[in-house]
Amino acid sequence: MFKSTERPSTSRRTFLQRMAISGLAVGPGGGLLAACATGGGGDEEPDAAQGTETPAEGDPDNPLGVDAEGEVEIWIFNGGFTDKYATDVHEPILQAKYPNLTINHNAAVDIGAELQARFVAGDPPDFVNNSGDGQMDTAQLVADEQLADLTPLLDAPSWDDPNVKVRDLLVPGTVELGTFSGKPYQLNYAFTLFGLWYNKTLFDENGWNTQPRTWDEMLELCAEIQEFGLAPWVYQGETAPRYMNWPLLSMAIKQAGPDIMVPVDNLEEGAWKQEPILQAAEAIYRLAENGYFMPGIEGMDFRDVQALWAQGEAAIVPSGSWLENEEADVIAEDPAFELAYMFEPLLDESTAVLPLEALRATAGEPYFIPADAKHPQAGMEYMRAMISKEGAEGFSNEVSSLTATTFDIEIRNPGLASANEAKNAAGENTYNWFYPSWYPTMENPGIDQVTRKLLLAEVNPEQWADECEAVAKSIREDDSIPKQTR
Amino acid sequence: MRHRKYPFVLAFLAPGLLVYGIFMLSPYAQAIWFSFTDWSGLGRATDIEFIGFGNYLRLLDDEQLRVALRNNFILLIVVPVVTLLIALFLASMLNVGGRRRGAAVTGVRGSAVYKVVYFFPLVLSTAIVAVLFNYVFAPARAGGVLNTISNAIGVDWVLERIRGEGRGEILWFGEPAFLIWIIAVVMIWSFVGFFVVVFSAAMQSIPRDIYEAALLDGSSRFNTFRRLTVPLVWDTVKVSWVYLAIQAMDAFALVHIILGVNGGPDGQGDVLGVAVYRAAFAESNAAYAATIGVLLLLLTMAITLMFMRALRRERVELA
Repeated sequence: MFKSTERPSTSRRTFLQRMAISGLAVGPGGGLLAACATGGGGDEEPDAAQGTETPAEGDPDNPLGVDAEGEVEIWIFNGGFTDKYATDVHEPILQAKYPNLTINHNAAVDIGAELQARFVAGDPPDFVNNSGDGQMDTAQLVADEQLADLTPLLDAPSWDDPNVKVRDLLVPGTVELGTFSGKPYQLNYAFTLFGLWYNKTLFDENGWNTQPRTWDEMLELCAEIQEFGLAPWVYQGETAPRYMNWPLLSMAIKQAGPDIMVPVDNLEEGAWKQEPILQAAEAIYRLAENGYFMPGIEGMDFRDVQALWAQGEAAIVPSGSWLENEEADVIAEDPAFELAYMFEPLLDESTAVLPLEALRATAGEPYFIPADAKHPQAGMEYMRAMISKEGAEGFSNEVSSLTATTFDIEIRNPGLASANEAKNAAGENTYNWFYPSWYPTMENPGIDQVTRKLLLAEVNPEQWADECEAVAKSIREDDSIPKQTR
Repeated sequence: MRHRKYPFVLAFLAPGLLVYGIFMLSPYAQAIWFSFTDWSGLGRATDIEFIGFGNYLRLLDDEQLRVALRNNFILLIVVPVVTLLIALFLASMLNVGGRRRGAAVTGVRGSAVYKVVYFFPLVLSTAIVAVLFNYVFAPARAGGVLNTISNAIGVDWVLERIRGEGRGEILWFGEPAFLIWIIAVVMIWSFVGFFVVVFSAAMQSIPRDIYEAALLDGSSRFNTFRRLTVPLVWDTVKVSWVYLAIQAMDAFALVHIILGVNGGPDGQGDVLGVAVYRAAFAESNAAYAATIGVLLLLLTMAITLMFMRALRRERVELA
């Protein structure tokens, strides 16, 4: 019934031989194709960035030399902000000035997937909002000489007032943030500020102090709120105790100046034991000692905590200016609810280096012009239109975020309006620190978990500083982590 | 007429070869070329520079890559063996495992239903499987299926007594050593159904009278399975094994979605496919990504050849 046969070795051998032959036959062709696919595009056209037209010098109406009859290809990241702010706010501003300019608007969720191949082929668009999960590495693009220098834009007269340069309408630090290897390549247009947020409705009803000037006043306020029967403070639960680092380090900076964070960012030994940082930790520790944090939040998700705060169960929460947007659904449930910004109080008013009205801020949402763009002047002109009063106001009201511009604008959302007032009050007194972006694992889980213990009063400020030092040490001694300094 | 044969054959082969050349061979050739360059993936094609074996030297020093290699090796051993054993067992139960009046050789009761049910995982795309299993292994308060069930029967209570206050739950994704095994479980789960169907088809083609003869000779079920069913479907097993081995070298989508681009806590769930992706898109180093890709290609080819050789066995012909 069964019959064993030889293995089909002959047929396999002939099969492999045929494979080899056909492989050979296709081989050179394949190589040719490869050459086509990787070598295409770039060599056929001259560098468009060094285009034939030079900007008409001194033309105040068209300082960048836009071809008014030309075309501009714009790519916007379709994420949290969507692309409506471009189609409804910025592009109409540009179109109004150049009625015959063809605006080729594109939106994408994955910017890299859409555009990376075009950069490689030397055929990128004129304006890119490089954001989202598919964000291309800006530093690498700069290293590959793919981006246009934005200096002409920054030195151009501004959209609204020819006597003011574009550069002077940007919040201090914005240009530096977009500067790589000494040249500005990236415009960070959105603006995030960090601080304390209070339930304005509740504060107004009870006549509470909406801006304690010193930490002692803050503690008095907390006692009053606790007596009233509310939790004075919350933080972001088990998800992110590190949010409390922000007021902590902010208070240290206001006391001693932004330079106090330089040793921290540079991972220097003893950085976390500097006196102002210890003082600030002591201040935060007092909240824990006095039971001013809402009980039980240490086991909660951050959205749940923030919802409790928005529902009036707690008075003060640390966060960034995205908070109003993040909790929009909860806020919408109570039309009377308003939130407002509160500066972190000073530790010692008599010796503080910065005024009370100073805050931590970062510019975000990157935009750039590709070096190989066909009409880079129009891309830059579009940026110039964004940095107009109308552009900034439209953006803020459309996407509920501030901009990195210094215009005095009207904002509808109460929380964002209050953040905008704070931004204007702070003026040049903004600061930031970098270790969380340089060493993400140092901030989380590192310092995050140490601060959690401080907030639970499981460690005192000295022990907290010791443990922070240990976290910094582990990062410092890990050779696999590339180090940054400032 | 003989000399007229070749133009005719070529006319039919050319379009296929062209498509194959453009979409298969040319990407291979390009990837191999990129592995010898410094291309970031963002630079202009015209600026690509040849740097020799630099990327391959870096490969030797890459510790994270060793983790990925180890994990692919674990998958390579575990996934095919376990999947094939389970699939063979289930398929034989469905087709020849039952005994019924009037039919000596048949499937177990309800086998028609099982056949459909086993096929379900295959209907789901990998992305959905990955998201589903995220919820299976999540902590109980985040809706984790496994932990909710195990807590309900008191596992958390026991663990809390052993490990102390508030630690009464196994955090599957929090334990680096578990990660690759979670991936293995998910892969096995999603592949078994397909091979049950494949083996069922193979078993259906075995003549019934062989089984009846074995039955008359008093062969036990296990003996029938081992000495009859398995040898007669061995060719299918062999092909399946190679296919699963190739799949085990991949696992990209599952790891990327379940554990993230860094391969989970401590990077301990990393696999080569994710390392390629990370190099190309997180680190903007397309050349290095291509280098890992070449390594992956060589490994997959070597493993395929190895399996083909190792699994060679006298073919049985039914006559």
